[in-house]
Parts: sequence; C-alpha cells; structure tokens
Amino acid sequence: MNKIIRKIQLSDDVFQMEIEAPLIAEERKAGQFIILIVSEEFGERIPLTIAGADEEKGTITIIFQAVGDSTKELGKKSEGDYIDSLLGPLGKATHIVKYDKPVVCVGGGIGVAPLRPIVEAFKKAGNEVISIIGARNKDLLILEDEIRAYSDEVIICTDDGSYGRKDLVTAPLKEICESRDPAEVVAIGPPVMMKFCALTTKPYKVKTTVSLNTIMIDGTGMCGGCRVTVGDETKFVCVDGPEFDGHLVDFDNMINRLNTYKHQEEEHNCRIGLDSKGGEK
Amino acid sequence: KSRRAIPLQEMPSQDPLVRRNNMEEVALGYTESQVKLEAMRCLQCKNAPCISGCPVSINIPGFIAAAAEGDFEKSIGIIKESSSLPAICGRVCPQETQCMATCTVGKAEKDVMRSVQIGRIERYVADWERENDKIQVPEVAPSTGKRVAIVGSGPSGLSAAFDLRKEGHDVTVYEAFHKNGGVTVYGIPEFRLPKKIVEIEIDTLVKMGVKIVTNFLVGKTRKLTDLLEKDGFDAVYIAAGAGLPKFMGIEGENLVGVFSANEYLTRSNLMKAYDTANSRTPIYHAKKVAIFGGGNVAMDAARTAKRIGAEEVHVVYRRTEAEMPARVEEVHHAKEEGIIFDFLTNPVKILGDENGRVKGIECLKYELGEPDDSGRRRPVPIEGSNFIIDLDACIPSLGNNANPILSNSTPDLEVNKWGNIVVDENNKTSIDRIYAGGDIVLGAATVILAMGQGRHAAESINKLLKA
Ligand SMILES: Cc1cc2nc3c(=O)[nH]c(=O)nc-3n(C[C@H](O)[C@H](O)[C@H](O)COP(=O)(O)OP(=O)(O)OC[C@H]3O[C@@H](n4cnc5c(N)ncnc54)[C@H](O)[C@@H]3O)c2cc1C
Ligand SMILES: Cc1cc2nc3c(=O)[nH]c(=O)nc-3n(C[C@H](O)[C@H](O)[C@H](O)COP(=O)(O)OP(=O)(O)OC[C@H]3O[C@@H](n4cnc5c(N)ncnc54)[C@H](O)[C@@H]3O)c2cc1C
Ligand code: SF4
Ligand code: SF4
Ligand code: FES
Ligand SMILES: [Mg+2]
Repeated sequence: MNKIIRKIQLSDDVFQMEIEAPLIAEERKAGQFIILIVSEEFGERIPLTIAGADEEKGTITIIFQAVGDSTKELGKKSEGDYIDSLLGPLGKATHIVKYDKPVVCVGGGIGVAPLRPIVEAFKKAGNEVISIIGARNKDLLILEDEIRAYSDEVIICTDDGSYGRKDLVTAPLKEICESRDPAEVVAIGPPVMMKFCALTTKPYKVKTTVSLNTIMIDGTGMCGGCRVTVGDETKFVCVDGPEFDGHLVDFDNMINRLNTYKHQEEEHNCRIGLDSKGGEK
Repeated sequence: KSRRAIPLQEMPSQDPLVRRNNMEEVALGYTESQVKLEAMRCLQCKNAPCISGCPVSINIPGFIAAAAEGDFEKSIGIIKESSSLPAICGRVCPQETQCMATCTVGKAEKDVMRSVQIGRIERYVADWERENDKIQVPEVAPSTGKRVAIVGSGPSGLSAAFDLRKEGHDVTVYEAFHKNGGVTVYGIPEFRLPKKIVEIEIDTLVKMGVKIVTNFLVGKTRKLTDLLEKDGFDAVYIAAGAGLPKFMGIEGENLVGVFSANEYLTRSNLMKAYDTANSRTPIYHAKKVAIFGGGNVAMDAARTAKRIGAEEVHVVYRRTEAEMPARVEEVHHAKEEGIIFDFLTNPVKILGDENGRVKGIECLKYELGEPDDSGRRRPVPIEGSNFIIDLDACIPSLGNNANPILSNSTPDLEVNKWGNIVVDENNKTSIDRIYAGGDIVLGAATVILAMGQGRHAAESINKLLKA
C-alpha cells in the first residue's frame, strides 16, 4: 500500500501524482519505471515511468494519461488514497554521458514526462541540451517549465499551431541534425513518433535512443510479453530496456503487439463508460 | 493376499465435458471409505522402497498405516515431520517417477500406475486437516535475535521460512509479485491446485510470525548484498525460481498471438483474466491454438486455452507420448478434455497475416532415432515432410531458464553457464552468509525438490547462526 501525497491535473486527461515509496525514491535513476496495481482484487499491472523523486521525503512522481481502464481508475484516486501495490525501480537506467556536442531530447505528448528526468540528468552531467517538445495542441502540452529549467534551448511544436511551431517534432529534429551535428538524440513519445524520429536521424548517423512502452505484466523478465525485435535479436523491454537503439528497433512489429488486446480493451472501456453514466464524466 | 484383492481406488473427478468450461479443481479427492481402502492396498514392506523414491523421505508406510486405521490426525503428523506442503505435493508431485516408481505393489503388478496411490492418500489427509480446522501453528522457539531474509515466496522459500522461524529466527520473505506462492499461484492453474490451499499455507507462516513483504524485487528495490550490509540480516536464502521463459528461436515468434506459457498462465491465474466480467487484465481469445512442448507447463497451457474458450487445442511435441515429461495424470486429463496431440511433430516457422497476427504454423514430421544422453530416443526430422496447420495463437511451453536479475546485479554471485546459482553441499553460494536453492539452483525442477532444498538450506543456515 502506497499513499498518494499530492495530485495535480496537468491537462484534460493527464495527471501528476506524488506517491510514498521511500526505497524506490532512494534507488531509482533516470529512465527507470515502476509497475503498479490500483486495486489488487481484479486490478491490472501497469507500467509508468518514474518522472521524478524526492529522496528526503521518500516519494516518487508519476505522470500519466488516462487512456483506458486502469489509468482512468488511477486518475480517480485522490490525495490521501492508497495504491494497492507498487514495484520498482524497474528497467535499466539511461546511459548518461558528457559529450562535446549537443544532446537533443525529443518528447511527444505524454512522452515528455519520462523525458524530463533524462533532460535533467544530461544537463547535470554538463551537456548542452536542446529539447524539442510537442503535443496536438497548446492545452495538451505538459511540463514546459520543467523542461526549460534544464535545457539550453527549447523548441515547441503543436499539430494545430496553437502554440510554438505548427510542425511535427521531426521537422526541427531534421534541421538540428543538418546544422548542429548532435552527439545523441533521445526520443520518447508515441511509437509512431519514435519510429519517425529514428528514420529522421538515420541518414545523419546520429546515435538515437528511444524508450519503448510495450505491454508488460511482471516487469521482471518472467513472462516475455514485453519482447521486441531489436536488430536480429529478441529483447525483453522490462529488463533489457526500456531504452534501445532506435535505428535497430522493429517499430512496426512493436506497434502491432501493442494492439494485441485493442478490441477487448475498447469493449471494457465502453462497459465502464456505461457504468458511470450519470456520475462524473 | 487379501490386500492384493482390494481394487485400486480411482480418483473421482469432474466430468470432462463440464470441467473444460470451468476453472474448478478437476480431481475431487477420495472419500473416507476410498482412502481407507487404498491405504489397505499398502503391504507395509519392511524395507519400504517407496521412501527412497520420495525426495524428502516421508515415512510412507507409517502415514498410510494410520490412514488405513482412520487416524488421520496421526497420519498428517507423520507426513509433516518431513514435508510442510503435503496438500500441494499430494496434488502435483510426479508420483509415478518418485514414490510410486519404487513401490512393491506396482512392481508386482508390472505397472507403476497400479502402485499404491501414495499422493492421493497424502492429499486426503492434508485436506482432512485443513477442512477440519486442525492445522496447528507450530510452536516457535524463543527468539535467537538473528535475522534471515528469504528471496522469493515459492515452495522453496516458504519451506525454508517455516523451518527457520520454528528455530526462533526473525524471518522476512521478499516477493517480487503482489501475491505469494511463486509458480504455485502464477503458473499452476486453479483447476489443478486451488489458490486457497497455498493461501492457507502462507497464513500459517504469518501466524508463526514470518514477515512477508510483497512488491519487493531484490536486486532492484534493494541490492542483494545490501540486505546483509545495510539492513542487518545475518543470512539470506535465495529461492528466486527459474522464471525466464524459453522460446524456440524460430521465425515469427514475435508475431501477435504468440505467448510464452508463463505469460498466458500468469494472465489467467495470477491476474484472473479468465474472469472476463471482473478482471481488468485481458487474455487473447483464439479459436485454434497450438502449444509447443510436452511437460506439465504445456499441459497447463493447453487445458487453460480450452477453458478460455478455444475450440481446438493442439499439443505439438517432437517425440512420442512415452517420452513426454508431463505427469501421466495431466496427459490423461488433457485427452479427456479434448486436447489434440500431434506427436513426432515440430514447428519450424510461425506464419503471420498482413497485420502481423499469427495465422498458422509450418511443421516438420519427425521419427525416433537412437537414444541420446538422457536415454530418450532422439527425434530426427523427416526431410521434406513440411506441412501447415492453420491457427490463430501459439504458446511455446518449453519450460524456464534461470532469471538473471539477481546474478546481473550481484557480480560476486557465482552462476554456471545456464545461469543457475552454484552452491555447495550445504546450499551455500559463493558469497558468505548467502544460500540458494530450488529452481534457481536445480533449473526448472519440481515442487517437492524445491521444498526439499529449502529445508536443507534452512538446516545449514540454522547451523551457521547457532555457531
Ligand atoms: C516502461 C513503460 C513506461 C511507461 N510510462 C508511462 C508514463 O509515464 N505515463 C503514461 O501515461 N503511460 C506510460 N506508459 C504506458 C502505460 O503503461 C499505458 O498507457 C497503460 O498501461 C494503459 O492501461 P489502461 O488500462 O489505462 O488502458 P487500456 O485501454 O487497457 O490500454 C491502452 C493501450 O495501452 C497499452 N497497454 C495496455 N495494457 C498495458 C500494460 N499492462 N503495459 C503496458 N502497456 C499497456 C496497449 O497498447 C493498449 O492498447 C508506459 C509504458 C511502459 C511499458
Ligand atoms: C506451469 C508450471 C507447471 C508446473 N507443474 C508442476 C507439477 O505439476 N509438479 C511439480 O512438482 N512441479 C511443477 N512445476 C515446477 C514447480 O512449480 C517448480 O519447480 C517450483 O515452483 C520451484 O519452486 P521455487 O520456490 O524454487 O521457485 P518459484 O516457485 O519459481 O518461486 C520463486 C518466487 O520468487 C520470486 N522472485 C524471483 N526473483 C525475485 C527477486 N529478485 N526478488 C524477490 N522475489 C523474487 C518470484 O516472483 C516467485 O514468486 C511447474 C512449473 C510451471 C511453470
Ligand atoms: S511428497 Fe511427493 S514423492 Fe513424497 S510421498 Fe508425497 S507425493 Fe510421493
Ligand atoms: S513400497 Fe508400496 S506397498 Fe510397500 S510400503 Fe511403500 S507404499 Fe506400501
Ligand atoms: S513484462 Fe514480463 S518479461 Fe517483461
Ligand atoms: Mg488495461
């Protein structure tokens, strides 16, 4: 049982929660994640990135988008409520290096949340950090100030031009690859975005790291459900990742695998929608 | 003579046509008159060859004699001198290769399956104890002031916790999952081993004062050596299980619709995905499923797929029925439930459709050649015998290798080339005060062997702490 200390709504369906988890706060590093179950009896194990931690207070921060059944259930929890189980920190930490050339951090949508601790870690290691963050529109853009705090330069893109450039994140990324010769690109966001970021940097041979969000259960390497094809090898994202060389990941296979239960998940969501009719939205 | 006239008591079971649509236990257990009759089939051999077949040397004629007299309290007492999990072992032990294999009755009748049904009697008395609220919380010795950490709550960790706590040590079990029991709760299905039974075993431990911490992955939440160096434990027992699913390495294994048995069974058992009305965890609904493998894991996956609603379930196995490592009873039950066995067949490739979903498998026919190192006749592929089976899901169920989380995060911990932790005859690892046992040492083995190692390691740790 882990207590929710603070809850902030960042946009329509994006929430930030600070949760008591002293051991995880002490051990975690940028790039790692947790797996939680909101309520154990029939609950689902869902992975979420550790977006920050306060070792002194013994808390970690998660930022999540309520996209389906379990994340919506989590979004309904309030400050003072408990989460039944929380396991972590899982996965390997981001490999942070001090480069002579700039590091580009690209985040799309909810992907800006897992990107934030990586931006911070690269900056603290003494790098020049250029961040590109994007969202569908201005209201959906999250963590702009937090990203600015650790970036030398921030480029904002929205699909509808309601804020920053009216562009996909790949447009400024391509320009930077051409003009600034970056040492490494880290891209985190929807799988399609990561796929196109990797395709964008490939001709420039810039090392490109992506953080994969495959379907998981245990998070300990026991089930193999999170496996992806990287080069000609099979890797388990929960223990070998979540970060991989974006130029080697078979994104099409990964996207197909993410849709394994799409049909059932949608049905489940519909049913839940019906249950709460008349109640809160 | 008269004993030899008593017929072997068959196990009452749920009707196959009914049970393949539910998750309830298949084998219903003997009645009181049946257990007495079966117990009377035992010849009470002076040399008791059955005992040497049991990995934890239960006094088999002893507990059977008490059962024959109807003194079930005495009977369970005798079993518990050697085994702390009889309700589990009575159900899942591969008896025909262990205690029943050496039984005189089976020898005389030239059929191991006609030996005294030792496991079924064991199950009866263990169930009798539980159902009549006779489970006693063993007395715990006065506190020794010593603390032991146990990594993993499977049969091996639980039995070590039991023995160490009895000696008066302060015992904490760390478990990565949100539930305790290891493979007995996430792997072995409800219809073979009701979860309630495992829960009650764990309750007893808690009543004895064993602390259990779930959602704690040693190696990640805390380093293994930190347990000794920072958290003040005097010794550690690693019972982390095997837990790394084997795949075949064939083309198409990452297509949508290919699941390791571990994943499929964990969704169904631990996460209750079979209960589609309540569980938030989904499970793949396929019409036609193929299971690859011939062990207990494969039987469990096949029978679960049937219960999830598959119309046709195939077990694809390279050798013949005689070489199958699964318990005979499971194979028998699987057949009754309509599982189709494709022997001397092996998949070479999984075929996908335009959406990356499984649509079939390409197989090769085999024949049996010369015996290999294990004494089993080696399967040899018949060239050009390729054929295709149309289906929409496959479940490689080839067992498990050692999970590397602990060894990767603990460089000084010696492992062999398969990743299993290396231990000496006292179950001690290469690091002082750290012991290991069960599947993480033996490779995927059995509940009773894992339990036996837990007890042996507990004895070694006890000696260390009393020195
Ligand atoms: C390492 C990792 C880190 C992540 N970090 C974050 C984060 O910081 N913030 C955030 O909002 N989201 C994050 N995600 C994604 C998050 O886990 C999913 O959005 C969530 O599991 C969806 O569950 P649901 O029941 O709400 O939705 P559903 O409607 O059940 O599923 C929606 C989609 O989410 C994916 N999904 C479903 N179940 C799982 C599962 N058990 N594990 C992983 N994906 C699943 C599938 O693609 C599915 O189609 C992360 C995923 C991974 C693997
Ligand atoms: C599907 C299936 C069917 C089987 N059927 C039979 C059968 O019929 N008869 C039989 O005798 N045997 C059977 N077996 C084998 C038997 O279950 C195992 O041999 C036995 O459970 C091993 O016990 P263990 O305690 O060593 O490990 P496990 O039961 O694997 O338990 C290990 C526990 O440790 C936890 N863990 C792992 N790493 C860590 C860590 N770093 N920190 C904290 N916790 C950790 C795991 O989550 C797990 O709960 C079957 C196995 C499977 C998979
Ligand atoms: S524990 Fe297993 S091997 Fe030993 S007597 Fe019981 S059923 Fe037989
Ligand atoms: S070998 Fe068989 S008949 Fe003899 S004592 Fe053991 S169980 Fe009884
Ligand atoms: S989530 Fe099960 S192996 Fe990665
Ligand atoms: Mg869900």
